Amino acid sequence: MSLVEIIGLSAHFPTHDGIVKAVDRIDLNIEDTETLGLIGETGSGKSVLGLSITRLLPPTAIVEGKIIYKGRNLLTVSEDDIRKIRGGEITNILQNPTTSLNPVVKIGEQIAEAIRLHQGLNKKEAKEKAIEMLDAVKVPSPSKRAQQYPHEFSGGMKQRVMIAIGLACDPFFIIADEPTKGLDVTIKVQIVDLMKEMTEHKTMLLITHDLGVAAAMCDRIALMYAGEIVECATPLDLFEKPMHPYTRGFLNSLPHRGLTPIQGMSPSLINYPDGCRFSPRCEYVNEECIHHHPDMFRIECEHFVRCFNARS
Amino acid sequence: MKMNNSRFNNIVGHIKRSRSATLGTIIILLLILAAIFAPILAPYDPIETNVEDRLMKPCIEHPLGTDHLGRDVYSRLLYGARISLTVGIVVVGISALIGVILGIFAGFYGGLTDSTIMRLVDAFLTFPSVFLAIVIAGVLKPGLVSVIIALIVVGWTKYSRVGRGSVLSLKEKEFVESARSLGVHDRYIMFRHIFPNIITPIIIVATLGMADAILSLASLSFLGFGPQPPTPEWGAMLNAGRPFMQTDPHLMIFPGLAIMILVLGFNLLGDGLRDILDPKREIIE
Repeated sequence: MSLVEIIGLSAHFPTHDGIVKAVDRIDLNIEDTETLGLIGETGSGKSVLGLSITRLLPPTAIVEGKIIYKGRNLLTVSEDDIRKIRGGEITNILQNPTTSLNPVVKIGEQIAEAIRLHQGLNKKEAKEKAIEMLDAVKVPSPSKRAQQYPHEFSGGMKQRVMIAIGLACDPFFIIADEPTKGLDVTIKVQIVDLMKEMTEHKTMLLITHDLGVAAAMCDRIALMYAGEIVECATPLDLFEKPMHPYTRGFLNSLPHRGLTPIQGMSPSLINYPDGCRFSPRCEYVNEECIHHHPDMFRIECEHFVRCFNARS
Repeated sequence: MKMNNSRFNNIVGHIKRSRSATLGTIIILLLILAAIFAPILAPYDPIETNVEDRLMKPCIEHPLGTDHLGRDVYSRLLYGARISLTVGIVVVGISALIGVILGIFAGFYGGLTDSTIMRLVDAFLTFPSVFLAIVIAGVLKPGLVSVIIALIVVGWTKYSRVGRGSVLSLKEKEFVESARSLGVHDRYIMFRHIFPNIITPIIIVATLGMADAILSLASLSFLGFGPQPPTPEWGAMLNAGRPFMQTDPHLMIFPGLAIMILVLGFNLLGDGLRDILDPKREIIE
């Protein structure tokens, strides 16, 4: 059963040069208790998709489509309702823990904030819960650390705090945007393990460009390119049997697969090619690809791909 | 607002290293102590007249002499410090409160709110502040309260500008977005997340604003809009001493010095704080 159903979601930003179509008519189902990975290169629209779910995009953004969560369209519920959902039922774990924590507010208070807001606990109870959360994310001597300020925490510890904030209200759905960004390898492994442990029975959308992290954590992975999803499969299928030429290029650009770059550049988000958006860079391109925009084709029950060549 | 202890100690440490801030702090503390303990330190009643002792030069019984009604200048100056400091604190406190709140709203919401508030600020700034204060103090009944009101009216704008400027850059920070992603209300973000981050520039402006308020109070009192006789106010004392300037210059010199020293104290501290708290400044040990 799907917990969150994204139907035809677009997020467009009007600029002087034209409309930037950061997310363009995306359909995506996120099943209950699964971890769905959203991967793609910088500027492919992953983070915008993540932010649009709880309506955190700036007011200039034009967001269309539907995001059905528990029978309600999150894009049309009232401002008060979405505020209650944010941080309570659906939480965002933002990228850059260093800048996402307020430098002049104590760590414990920053965790307690959401707890007080969504669970109606009083100041003291919320503080205790915040210390429990710090303990749960394995921050040593949590009651002492709760009294400290962000600058007294290391990068890995700050990321643990972000996870604690994200999970403090026992949310149904977690949107984690690059939770391992800027961490060195050993810390990254710890954070991945921690997140796996803490979100075992929760639904999560994991946005990352780290394929290793995605492979380790996700039940399914969706690959984004130029504002749309080009391939969606289980990690095994995606890594072993990539169908879309872009997926193959993406995987071949990994260091241990030869660091082979994909020819050409990502299209401008303002003017997409008429047909397949990958066609200008694709070595298997044919007439159909240039003139028609491919739909998602189902290859196997869990494997979808947006490529005419994969159809047969 | 709870002050972070380590941060507070840090500021104290920095003040010790800055010579002008140290000197300013010492001057201010001494004058605050003088104001608090005025009843103990003052040898005479500041208001009681004693015509027999009028216009005495500084001597042992009256270290700073007496005025034309025989009142001890030293005692009057001590009590005058109370008025100057109180007015300074009240004026700065209230104008900072009004100014900062409006500035935060303007910076945070932008658009029409911002334009409305900032045009209001501009409108207030078009008047020369002393004239505006004179007009307000003149329309109201002369006295301490009308001077305070006048100084607040001309003083709040600078806090709005500083507050708004800081908020403009702060509201783009990720921790604000992060708070919003937790479902936090705008008001809570403004005062719980943004406000603690703008305290530093506000403290600097407020310290310099104290000097400004004290000086303006003296000017308005000198012109007769302030506290009325026999209140021992420094500006009013200057004015009262004016007819005797040539024969008894001490009547103007000492109140003038008192004003100068207190204003100097706040200016030194304000400048020192600005140097200390300026993040762009490298601290050279």
